[in-house]
Order: sequence, then C-alpha cells, then structure tokens
Amino acid sequence: MAEPILTVEHLVKGYGENTVLDDVSFSVRPGEVVVVVGPSGCGKSTLLRCINALEPTQSGRVRLGNETVAYGGKGLTSLRQRIGMVFQSYELFPHLTVLDNVMLAPLKVAKRPKDEVQKEAEALLDRVNLLNKARSYPRELSGGQKQRVAIVRALAMHPEILLFDEVTAALDPEMVREVLDVMLDLAKQGRTMIIVTHEMQFARAIADRVIFLDGGKIVEESTPEAFFDHPKTERAQKFLRTFTFDSVK
Amino acid sequence: MDWNVVAQYLPLFEKAAWLTLRLGLAGIALAIVIGLVCALVQYYKVSVLRRVVGFYIQLSRNTPLLVQLFFIYYGLPKIGIRTDAAVCGIAGLAFLGGSYMVEAFRSGLESIEPIQTESAYSLGMDRMQTMRYVILPQAMSTSVPAFVANVIFLLKETSVFSAISLMDLMFTAKDLIGLYYKTTESLFLLVVFYLLILLPVSLLGSLLERRLRYAGFGA
Repeated sequence: MAEPILTVEHLVKGYGENTVLDDVSFSVRPGEVVVVVGPSGCGKSTLLRCINALEPTQSGRVRLGNETVAYGGKGLTSLRQRIGMVFQSYELFPHLTVLDNVMLAPLKVAKRPKDEVQKEAEALLDRVNLLNKARSYPRELSGGQKQRVAIVRALAMHPEILLFDEVTAALDPEMVREVLDVMLDLAKQGRTMIIVTHEMQFARAIADRVIFLDGGKIVEESTPEAFFDHPKTERAQKFLRTFTFDSVK
Repeated sequence: MDWNVVAQYLPLFEKAAWLTLRLGLAGIALAIVIGLVCALVQYYKVSVLRRVVGFYIQLSRNTPLLVQLFFIYYGLPKIGIRTDAAVCGIAGLAFLGGSYMVEAFRSGLESIEPIQTESAYSLGMDRMQTMRYVILPQAMSTSVPAFVANVIFLLKETSVFSAISLMDLMFTAKDLIGLYYKTTESLFLLVVFYLLILLPVSLLGSLLERRLRYAGFGA
C-alpha cells in the first residue's frame, strides 16, 4: 500500500472550554477520496481548516508528505500551495475576471510563465464548460458556475490534495449537480480529495472511505457501503436516519 | 463690478491658484501615504503602533488645522525645527488629512470578509501578496467615495494657509481687499478659482465612483 500523502495525528482543537476536535487521527493515501460526514457543528469544517493551517490547534499535527503543516509555521505558504481548498461560499476574488482569478496564484505565487498559465487555465475552464465565461466577473456567474471556477482556481496550482468544504451547501438544488459532476470527474482522474458534505448519495458514490465525525471525534471510519448500509454505532444510525423519510400516506 | 480690475487681478489669482493646488496636492499625497500606513497598522493590529496611531487620529481630528499650522509654524522653531512656510503648510495638511484618510482606508479594509484572506492563503499567497492582489484592490474601491470627499475637504482646508503667510488664493484675496478695497472683484475671483480647482476634482471623483462600483483597481 502506498505511503499516505496526508496524515492527521491526534489533532486537538478547541475554543476556550469548547472542544471542537478531540484527538482526531486519520491518513489519506494518493488517489484516495475521503468523505467526512457528521451533524452540524461536529467539527468537519474546522478539521479542513486545520489541515490547511487556517486555524491554530492545541495539539497534534498535520503532515503533508514528510513535512508538518503548522499554523504560523515555517514554509507554510509553500505547503499550502500543495493543498487546494474550495469553500462553501466560493470566495472568488470579485475584482478579477474568471480567468484572472484562476491565473493569479500560478503567476504571482508559483511564478510560472504567463503563456503557459493562461493556456492551462483556459483548458481547465473548458473542462468545466466555462471557457466562454473567462472574461466575465464573478458577479455575472451563477452559484454553480462560481463554484466550478473556484475548483478550477484550486486545480491551477497543481495541488497534491484537494479539500472541499461543503461546496454545494449554498447552491440551489439544480446547480448542485453540475458541481458534483466536476468532483466526480476529478475522482475519476485519480485526484486525492477530502470532502466534507451533506449530500449522502454523492458521498456514497464518490467515497473510497467515509469518516463519521461527531462531537469532534471520529466515531466511525469505513467503506461507504459499510457505513451507509450497516452503520455500526448508534450515533451513526441516528445521523443517517435524518436523511430518510417515512411516508405519511 | 469693474471687469478691468478683474482682468488686472487675474494673473495674481492664477499664480495663487497654482500655489494652492501645489501645496494641496503635496499635502494630500502625503496624507494618503500616512493614511495607508496607519490603516494597515490598525488592520494587522500591530501592538504598540496601533495605540500610537489611535492617539494620532484623535489628536489630528479633534484640533483645527489652523491650530495645527500655528503649532508647526510658530511652535516647532522654538525647539529648533525651522522650515519654510510651504513645508509647514504641506506638513499641516498631511497631519490633518492623514487621519481622515486612515478612516477611509480602514473602513474599506474592514469591509472585506476575512474569508477572502483565507481563500488567498489557501492558494499559497503570503500576507503581502494577499494584501496587494486581493484585499487592497477591493478595499480601495470601497474607499473611493470617502476618499474623494476627503480630497475635496482637504483642498478647501488649504484656505487657512493664508494664516502662515502663504500666498494662496485666500491670502491674495484678503491682501487685495486690504490694499485697494476691491472687495467685490477679489471675492468674485476667489470663488471662481476655488470652483476651477474643485469642480474638476468632484467630477473626476464621481466618475471614479461609478467606474469602481463593482470592480477594483487593477481589475
């Protein structure tokens, strides 16, 4: 089995009295898609933010390859270049065109030549059917289009692993699909991803492994089939029941 | 009103207008630099400097420009710092304008959601790059209305320069009234020249506001 790309070791994170992540450990191997599910406030988003060192942690560590990703740590910017992140609220840069959004980091951070970056950016936009929007501003796009641009923007930095933080939660139902399709496509390409989502059908379809987080702890970790069909713990069973309805007829 | 007198005074006012404009723009340019630096100090919450900036803002905003100018022009030479009146005028305007510019820039910076910064960080940008390419362009376009208002305010404030014997528009008008009692002509020219300076600034300002309503600088 291949060496893990990313390892989370005994991560503890709290705000004051409140513990958000309680001794969380797991690893992700190259090409693996790990989906993190759990009730609101269980620490899913915080977990992703800690992996990217957007937030300080109390103890434990995150390792990318052989290096430690630490909040305020050395070489953080170069480590973050290797971790792509997509946010629920897209967070495109509103003052830049779609193309410039995608090209900004490769040009200014990776300092790659402009011709090459532009060619790649256009190819990536084409792949998500948004090449015709390259000169548009984010405000001219729909939510689903914005999120696809955000994914492309992350991809343009050639990350080794992608983090998705509830990327369809802010979208209208008919736009959820177009974003999920892009992610399925990425999975098919063998991209390594950690996905936080509330779309259970999607989670089941895309995941190699499901992590069920509750109260800041990993309660279950198994294959999607095992988790969705035969959840072992009471808490997971209860959580999954919230997604099914009994007929009232 | 005697148009011959007006024509006769015209070159004097023209000369004064250039002085007003020169000193005004120099002071405003410095005020922008002070404002930007102080706004960044506040934005990044730099520990000690932040208090210094807070004190400066209160001192600068709550004293009249005339008093500030007197302090610089008459006060500083007493402790051995002697400069000419033009430098005093520019310094005074920069001291006053700086604090107004801080507020304009600060509100612009604060209007940008912190998650925009995180979004930039997650792409591997460092603090400087994030500020330069992501936060500042957006903050600046938000600041434009307040910024334009400040520029106009500061250009008008230059009228107190006459108190430290700078031969600006106000000085020229008062001088001519005092010497020749040509009150009407002098005041007429005074108004006309202030409008000549300020109207284009106002128009340019609203043009800028309209252009930048959505996009930022460097877009």
